[in-house]
Amino acid sequence: MTAASEVSREGEQALLAAFDRTIARNDRIEPRDWMPEKYRSTLVRQIAQHAHSEIIGMQPEGNWLTRVPSLRRKAILLAKVQDEAGHGLYLYSACETLGVSRRELTEKLIDGKQKYSSIFNYPTLSYADVGTIGWLVDGAAICNQVPLCRTSYGPYGRAMIRICKEESFHQRQGFELLSTMMRGTDEQRASVQESVDRFWWPALMMFGPPDAASPNTEQSMRWGIKRDTNDELRQKFVDMSVPQAAALGVTLPDPDLAWNEERGHHDFGQPDWDEFYAVVKGGGPCNAQRLAHRRRAYDEGRWVREAAAAFAAKGA
Amino acid sequence: MSHVHDHDADHESVYAGLTGGDDSRWAFGTDFEDPLAGIDTTLPDGVDAAALSQYCLMLGDDALIYSHRLSQWASNAPDLEEDIALANVALDLLGQARLLLVRAAAADGDLVPALPEGSPVPDEDALAFFRDEAAFRNVRFVEPENGDFAVTMARLLVFSTFRLAVMQRLVGSHDTVLSAIAAKAVKELTYHRDYAGRWFLTLAQGTGESRRRLLAALTLVWPLYDELFRTHPVEALLAEQGVGVDPAAVADDVAVLLEQVFSVSGTDRPDVPAAGPVGTGMGRDGMHSEAMGPLLAEMQVVARAHPSGRW
Repeated sequence: MTAASEVSREGEQALLAAFDRTIARNDRIEPRDWMPEKYRSTLVRQIAQHAHSEIIGMQPEGNWLTRVPSLRRKAILLAKVQDEAGHGLYLYSACETLGVSRRELTEKLIDGKQKYSSIFNYPTLSYADVGTIGWLVDGAAICNQVPLCRTSYGPYGRAMIRICKEESFHQRQGFELLSTMMRGTDEQRASVQESVDRFWWPALMMFGPPDAASPNTEQSMRWGIKRDTNDELRQKFVDMSVPQAAALGVTLPDPDLAWNEERGHHDFGQPDWDEFYAVVKGGGPCNAQRLAHRRRAYDEGRWVREAAAAFAAKGA
Repeated sequence: MSHVHDHDADHESVYAGLTGGDDSRWAFGTDFEDPLAGIDTTLPDGVDAAALSQYCLMLGDDALIYSHRLSQWASNAPDLEEDIALANVALDLLGQARLLLVRAAAADGDLVPALPEGSPVPDEDALAFFRDEAAFRNVRFVEPENGDFAVTMARLLVFSTFRLAVMQRLVGSHDTVLSAIAAKAVKELTYHRDYAGRWFLTLAQGTGESRRRLLAALTLVWPLYDELFRTHPVEALLAEQGVGVDPAAVADDVAVLLEQVFSVSGTDRPDVPAAGPVGTGMGRDGMHSEAMGPLLAEMQVVARAHPSGRW
């Protein structure tokens, strides 16, 4: 890309006009195209946060990898955690097209300078959580991410198409695990319900604060980085989840949840936004643990990465 | 340059599968209960079924326990590429373990632990999660904790070279099921050996620290090397019947292949004493290392809490 400072004011106006026309046509911006610096930095922030979420997201499910009670499910979970590493890889690569390295981004994550999805700051306390994370957390992630397949930045949009396909498979496996457990013993059914009770509200928080309190939404929508508001996506998720909960035979823990004929949507209660902000600011049950884990893995792997670089430099 | 793209088509196709529809919307169906479905599992003539079953457990347990260990790298590897690669190796071995455990159960159902009347737990899971430590037939080589990346690569190089040599011969087994499993395993293990071999060379010649760690790793994994090639009576019997492979028969080939890697890397075969048996027993006899108990306790805890559970 061309740095804005290198072109004349007049040239910059022309570039900006061309950029705006591309956005207005619903077309893609590609890495070599000129883009406003704020567009670039907004994308880096959003894609990096998404990549970090995939990588941190390996931990809560990885917590159950060694205790999965069936070999078939163990293979599925291992493949899923592996997919998440793959998603991180695509997304860091998309970010690299904007001139930031994976290493810089990783260091920002472990220094706490960039965020990841707060949902992963909740613990996985039962094996049923593996299913609930697939069904609700990946389900919410898909609602957030499907519109991003149409995002204006080409490499991000194309990465998202593949990621969404895999995420939708993840969601299905979660739903299928829960539905199998619901056909099992009473203890298993109780475990599924307990898990859904714990994850429902944090899942609703995944769409971010209410529109009125979401400072970045408007500009991101104008630039075609974001396609729907937080509240629109949250509504879509609730409408999608209610019949699925009924099919499973679980109760969603919201006394205000009811079909609204007039609106053609479900009414639902508000998550505890104080809890949301507390977790975002580092006060969730697992914030410190998740970052410490990532920092340890990064530090312990340093000598390996250095060895690989040294070996490659020898031209072997 | 910008490119016109059919954004709406992408949008719709991804959402479409999420809600409604019948079971066919699940990409690969929902019924994976029997990994050997469709394969003729009748025993070849003249084969001792109980011995075949024990033999399948030996090869299956090696893969099961080692896969479990490698899966512990998830989210802990030095870089994303290694996280993905180690998960791949673990998945391949888990796949081999499942096929072998199912074969063990088909050859001799008496081996499968008894579960409560009506329990839906399939045989492969009964074998993996409801056997006690002494009933596991894996070599001790696969049991220790992973250690650092150098220990993991040194162990993976040795294990995959050994297992590949065994599986290459097992392709000629008179048991068509074992032969088919071996043919699949050969492709997978060839990649595992290549992956570990390339890292072995990289670490040996990378930095001073990586070389120091690799040499320490070799010394650490080597005491359990000899056990890989010790013939158990069941292996001897099945090798005689043309169904199994005597591990002693691959010892020289494995040594030669490893010597090639050592030579290219500028390292030596460690000179350390082999770990002895417990009394007269080793892993194949159900005599394991201290690492095995905690590993099984963790692996089996959820399954054992729900002997009638449906997963």
